[in-house]
Amino acid sequence: MPAPPAPGAGMSYTDVPGFVEESVAHGETTVTIERERLREACEYARDELGFQMLSDLVATDYLNWGARGVSGYIGTATGRDINFPMTQGLQTQPRVKPKRFSISYHLLAMRQPPERVRFKVWADDGEPVPSVVSVWPTADWHEREQFDLMGIRFAGHPYLRRIIMDGDWEGHPLRKDYPIGGEPVRFSEAE
Amino acid sequence: MTIAPARTRTAWPVVDDSQYEGSRIPSPIPTVKRVPADYAEREDIMQINFGPNHPSTHGVLRLIVDLDGELVEGIEAVIGYLHTGFEKSMEQKTWWKCVTYSPRIDYVGYQANELTFVLAVEKLLELEVPEKATWMRTLLSELNRIHSHLIYLGTSALELGAISMFWYCFRERELILDLFEMVTGQRMHTRYFQIGGLAEDIPDGFFPECRKFVDWFPHALADYRTLLDRNAIWLERTRGVGVLSASDAIALGQTGPNLRASGVDWDLRREQPYLAYANVDFQVPVYTAGDVYDRYRVRMDEMRESNRIVDQCLRRLERMQGRPWIVDDRKVVLPPREELHTSMESLIHHFKIVTEGFRVPEGEVYVTTESPRGEQGCYLVSEGGPKPWRVHFRAPSFVALEATATCMHETLVADLIAIVGSLDAVMGDADR
Repeated sequence: MPAPPAPGAGMSYTDVPGFVEESVAHGETTVTIERERLREACEYARDELGFQMLSDLVATDYLNWGARGVSGYIGTATGRDINFPMTQGLQTQPRVKPKRFSISYHLLAMRQPPERVRFKVWADDGEPVPSVVSVWPTADWHEREQFDLMGIRFAGHPYLRRIIMDGDWEGHPLRKDYPIGGEPVRFSEAE
Repeated sequence: MTIAPARTRTAWPVVDDSQYEGSRIPSPIPTVKRVPADYAEREDIMQINFGPNHPSTHGVLRLIVDLDGELVEGIEAVIGYLHTGFEKSMEQKTWWKCVTYSPRIDYVGYQANELTFVLAVEKLLELEVPEKATWMRTLLSELNRIHSHLIYLGTSALELGAISMFWYCFRERELILDLFEMVTGQRMHTRYFQIGGLAEDIPDGFFPECRKFVDWFPHALADYRTLLDRNAIWLERTRGVGVLSASDAIALGQTGPNLRASGVDWDLRREQPYLAYANVDFQVPVYTAGDVYDRYRVRMDEMRESNRIVDQCLRRLERMQGRPWIVDDRKVVLPPREELHTSMESLIHHFKIVTEGFRVPEGEVYVTTESPRGEQGCYLVSEGGPKPWRVHFRAPSFVALEATATCMHETLVADLIAIVGSLDAVMGDADR
């Protein structure tokens, strides 16, 4: 195990393979990585930067992000409908996202003070994301969960199958285009 | 009792398992242990389903076990039977309604989930929470930790045949639930942490009742120790069983008591203090064997330390009576009930928040806390609207179950039950 960098030295992520950009918001650092070089970047983070734990892995679907439009006080055509609460538009238009899905890796360096960073890759529907199971074994179930619920394909995962939903389930429930409240009732008379 | 303050500790957790000779993470699939190829052909390997409905699976966990006689040769954990779609449901609700969902995810350590979600929203809103609310949150979180560990202790001892432990643990659990009921009106799923502070003020009667509990609980712990610590059956059943090495525990993302039982000195309450943890004195118990027995010892010691934290919080809170318990921001927080009859503005604010909710600025945050089961994370994405765009919980139970295959090393079926119990996974948390 390599010696940890001096505490509080202020980490630099520009040397991470596939580095695209770095941003800080709410005291959290987000490092965007090229999708193809993700595994390389993660190995670097673990071995050189000391991020020995993968805390969480989560995908987000940005389909129709910001499509609600901006509404003023009175509301616009795309904005609020007083017969349906909670349909008012946004105050400002959110920043445009480069692709449909973001996959965030929340890394933790266990030292004093602890260091956390979010690695982020962008993918469109169907684009494979390199699996990091070989870097952090804990990614096994996390990747299976995101595959199951969000439909992200992790290339190189040894056992990529559904984990939360049934094996024969159709669709990926956490996607924004997955209907809510419409699944057929199983084992009913009509079936 | 003296401890080194967190700030002077510079070394990172000592991970030395060069002497370790037990099981390692299976390959190529880290969470599945397969029967060795030369074994698989033999007829006396029997594959059975352990669960999903079995009293000792803590809910609905299914383990596909390959048995050679009584020896566990292969194992695969199957989860998802308690999936309730909380993350999807929360995307359809306004921010303040989502708070109701979060405690139901982990139904044993409910306040930990609630707290993590509320802290994450507050981080997005950049809200400063009143001091009194912070201390009360700390107090309830620690009571909840004791509650969760009592359920662990009671049920896992019950599974190993120590029936009386169950009754003793649930005796004290009742006392904690009574305290929760007194403060929040609910025994479980309290929904007492509100975005911006607490839902209501602390009732006066709470302090003497909680004081009684704090004074009593060390005696209860002594009772448990009398029953288990030198109980030959308990020691036989737990020592050296289900060993997890320190480096494997980190690689598998284990956190909380499971990690500390493997010898890794890591507790988020001390390493990245949130709430009032920087201002209370407590120890972080660490044991090194990584077996079922050490997980038990870590949790026993944690209950003792939690009780001490509750005591310190009580002393502070007793001096804070009459202070505000929720932030005074009418755009986010419901106005006081009595104002609705006299103030037009309050009525409008109330109506707006209840019907439309409040907007949370665009952004994403990941907040972690030390729940009774380990690192509880909450990832939030906001579009800038009244509903969350994405909610994700990093469930410590989900991660704990990933370690089942690694813990199985020359394990008997009976030990399997002890191991699964000691990982302390709550299926509601794992499946969400």
